[in-house]
Amino acid sequence: MLTHALVLSALLFAVGTFGFLVRRNAIIMFLCIELQLNAVNLALVVFSRVAGIDGQVFVFFVMTVAAAEAAVGLAIIISIFRHYETVNVNSFNLLKW
Amino acid sequence: MLPLGIFSLPVVQEAAEAASHAEAAGHFEPFLPGLIVLLPLLGFVVNGALALVHGRRSAEAVRAGQELDLDAGGRPATHTLPSWVGPGVLLASFILVVVNFLRMSGVELHDPMVVRYWTWLSTGAFRVEAALQLDQLSMIMMLVVTGVGFLIHVFSVGYMKDDPGYPRYFAYLNLFVFFMLVLVTGASFPVMFVGWEGVGLCSYLLIGFWFGDREKSDAGKKAFIVNRIGDFGFLVALFFLFVQFGSLDFVEVLGRAPDEMVYGGALATAVTLFLLLGAAGKSAQIPLYVWLPDAMAGPTPVSALIHAATMVTAGVYMVARSSVLFALSPVGSVTVAGIGVLTALFAATIALAQYDIKKVLAYSTVSQLGYMFLGVGVGAYAAGVFHLMTHAFFKALLFLGSGAVIHSMHHALHHTHSHEDPQDMRNMGGMRKFMPVTALTMWLATLAIAGIWPFAGFFSKDEIIWYAGAAATGPYASLYTVFWVLALAAAMLTAFYMTRMMVMTFHGSNRTGAEEAKHLHEAPLTMTVPLSILAFLSVFGGWINVPEAIRNSVLGFGGALPMSEWLHHWLEPITYSATAIREEALVAGGFLEGEHHYHGYLEHAPFGGGELAWALASTLAALAVVLIAVRVVGRWQIKTAAEAGEPQAGLKKVLYNKWYVDELYDAVIVQPVLRTSRFLWRIVDSVIIDGLVNLAGGVVKFAGFAVSLFQNGSLNTYAFILTVGVLVILWTVGF
Repeated sequence: MLTHALVLSALLFAVGTFGFLVRRNAIIMFLCIELQLNAVNLALVVFSRVAGIDGQVFVFFVMTVAAAEAAVGLAIIISIFRHYETVNVNSFNLLKW
Repeated sequence: MLPLGIFSLPVVQEAAEAASHAEAAGHFEPFLPGLIVLLPLLGFVVNGALALVHGRRSAEAVRAGQELDLDAGGRPATHTLPSWVGPGVLLASFILVVVNFLRMSGVELHDPMVVRYWTWLSTGAFRVEAALQLDQLSMIMMLVVTGVGFLIHVFSVGYMKDDPGYPRYFAYLNLFVFFMLVLVTGASFPVMFVGWEGVGLCSYLLIGFWFGDREKSDAGKKAFIVNRIGDFGFLVALFFLFVQFGSLDFVEVLGRAPDEMVYGGALATAVTLFLLLGAAGKSAQIPLYVWLPDAMAGPTPVSALIHAATMVTAGVYMVARSSVLFALSPVGSVTVAGIGVLTALFAATIALAQYDIKKVLAYSTVSQLGYMFLGVGVGAYAAGVFHLMTHAFFKALLFLGSGAVIHSMHHALHHTHSHEDPQDMRNMGGMRKFMPVTALTMWLATLAIAGIWPFAGFFSKDEIIWYAGAAATGPYASLYTVFWVLALAAAMLTAFYMTRMMVMTFHGSNRTGAEEAKHLHEAPLTMTVPLSILAFLSVFGGWINVPEAIRNSVLGFGGALPMSEWLHHWLEPITYSATAIREEALVAGGFLEGEHHYHGYLEHAPFGGGELAWALASTLAALAVVLIAVRVVGRWQIKTAAEAGEPQAGLKKVLYNKWYVDELYDAVIVQPVLRTSRFLWRIVDSVIIDGLVNLAGGVVKFAGFAVSLFQNGSLNTYAFILTVGVLVILWTVGF
C-alpha cells in the first residue's frame, strides 16, 4: 500500500519535472510546478502514516504557501502577457550577460 | 591651546645648583622670556591672516579680469599693516632681549637659567620639556637674531614695497625669527631641533618665495633636501646621546658628559661626527655647502637674514653649545676644524671668479662660516661666536647693500624694458656716483671682512687664526699647522675677492647703459638707515673682544678701550668645562707643562713672535692685498655680461663653474639615484609589481566572463541545469 502510493508520488513528480523541462508555455510550466508540489504533498501524507502527524501538518503549510505563490506567479504571468502578448518563455530572455 | 604660564610667570624657574654659588652677586630674574619668542609668532599670525585676505582679494581681481594695482587709491591695509607689524614685533623682542641682557650682565650667572613651561613629550624614560635656557651664549645669539633681524625687517619694508606677496613675505620672515629664537633658546636638543627644522622650513619657503619661477622653487627644494642629509646626522647623534644619558636636556647631558663619557672614546667621536654632519648641512660646510649659493634665488633681505646673519650660523652655535662633547673627542674637533678651513679656502677660490654680486657674497658667507668652524674646532669657542657676531653685522650689511644696488639696477632696467641681468657686476660699474651711502657703508663692511684693523672682522678673524696656530701644540699638531696656513691663505683671498666685487660694482665707468643710468638712484631711507647702523656695528663691533695683549698696544689705541676680551669672559661659563677638558688632556699627553690656568694653553705664541706682531702682519698683508686688488681690478677692461658671455677656458672657467662640484654631485649622486629610481619605476614597479596585480585581476576577469556565459536568459536552460544539478547532488549524497 505504502509503496504504491510512493511510486504514484514519484511518477507525478517525474511528470511535473518533465513537463517543466519540455514545455514553453509559462502557464503550463506553472501547472507542472504545482504538480511537483502536490507529488511532494502526497509523499508527505504517505509518510505521516508511519512517522506521525507532522507530515500532514506540513502539507497544510505547503498548500497555503502554494496558493500564495500561485497568486503571485499568475499575476506576474499576466503582467508579462500584457507586455509581450505571449506567454512563450523563449521570448523572455532580456536578463542575460 | 597654550598654557597661560607663558604670559605670566613661568611654572618653575630654576638655576641649577644656584645655591652652591653663595658668592654670586644677586640673582638673575628673567624678564618675560616667553614673550621674546612668542612676539614674532604673533607677527606671523597677524601677517599670515593679512596674506590670506590679500590672496583672496587678488584671486578675485584676477577672476574679474583686473590687475590688482597697489598704487591706485592708496595702498590696501594688507600692504600697510605688515610694514608696522613685521618690524614692530622684532623691535619689541629686541627690547625685551636687551632688558634681559642688562639684568644678566648685572649678576654673576654661573649656571644656565632654565625656564620650564610644560612637558612637551613624555613616553617611558623619554621626557622633553618645553623649556627655554637663558645663558650667556643664548643671550648673544638672541641679541644678534632680534637686533640684526629688526634692521633687516626695516630694510625689507623699502625693498619689498612693490611686491604683490608683501604680507606673505613678512609672515614668513616673522615665522623664521620665531623658529630661530626657539633654536637658540631651547633648553634641550629636541627643542633645539624643532627650531632647527623650523628655520629650514622658512628658508625653503623664502628661497622659493617667487615660486612662479621654476629655477627659484627648485633652489628652495635643493636647500631643503640637502639639509635633510644634515638633519639625519643630527638625529642619529641625539639617539646616541639619549642611549648614553637617558635625557637630552643641555644641563643634564653637558653636565654629566665629562664624567660619563670616555675622552677620545668611540661614543664621543661618533656623536660629534654626526653632530658635525648636522652642522655642516645647516651651516653650508663641505660637502653640504652646495645649497647656499643657490639659496640666493630668494629676495635679497632674506639672503641677508637667513643665509648670512642667522640661520646658517646655527651649526656654529650648535658646536659651541655642545662644546663639551667636542672637547671630549679630539678626532671630532680636528674634523670640525679641517672641514671649516677647507670650506673657507675652497669657497674663497670660487668667489674669485663669480660675476653675480650675490653669488660672490654667498661664497664669501660659506667661506666665513668655515672660519667659524675652524674657531670652534680648535677650541676657541668664544672666538667662533665672536666671528659669528661680527660676521652677522658686516655680511648682513653687504647683502643689504647688494640688495640696494640690485633694487636700483632693477628699476633702471625696468624703465627701459631691458632684459639685462640686474645682479651681474659686469653690468654695473661706477655705482658710487649714484649710490654714495650704499657705496660707503659697503666699503666699511668690505674692510671689516677683509680683516683690516680696526674694523670688526679684523679682531674676530685674527683671533681664530691665532688660535688655529696655538692649537698646533697639542694632538694632531701638524694638521693644525696646515690649517693655520690654509686659513691665512683664505684670508688673503677674502681680501682680494671682496675688493674685486667692490671695484667692479662701484668704481670705474658705468656699464649699465646711457639710457638706464639716468634711472639709477640711491635707496630710500628705510634701506639706508639700516645700512648705516650695520656699518657702525661693522666698524666698532669688534672692540668688545680685543685681546689683552693688543689692547695696550698701538692696535688697541694704547689701552684707551674700556674693556678687553669682554666676550671671552662673558662666555666663560659656557666654555669653561670644554676648555678644562682640553687642558687636562694636553697635560696628560705631555704637551703642556708647569703651572697653567684656565684657557692658558691657548695663549702660547704659535710660531714665535707675540700677538701684536702677528696681528700687525696680518692686517698689513690684508691691506696690501686690498690695495693690489684695487689697482689690478681697476685696470681691467670689463665687458658687459651680454658682450663677454661665460669664461671659456682656463682656471677662470673652472672657478666660474664652481669647480664643477654641482656637476660632480649630479653625476655621482643625483644621476645614479635617478637611474635607480627610474629602474624601480619602469621595471620593478610598472612591469613586475603592476604585472602581478594585473595578472590576478585578469584571471578573475576571465573566470567571471566564462561563468557569465551560463546566464543566457533562457528559462529552459536554467531549469535543465537546475534539474541536472539536483540529480548530481542526489547521486553524490545518496549513493
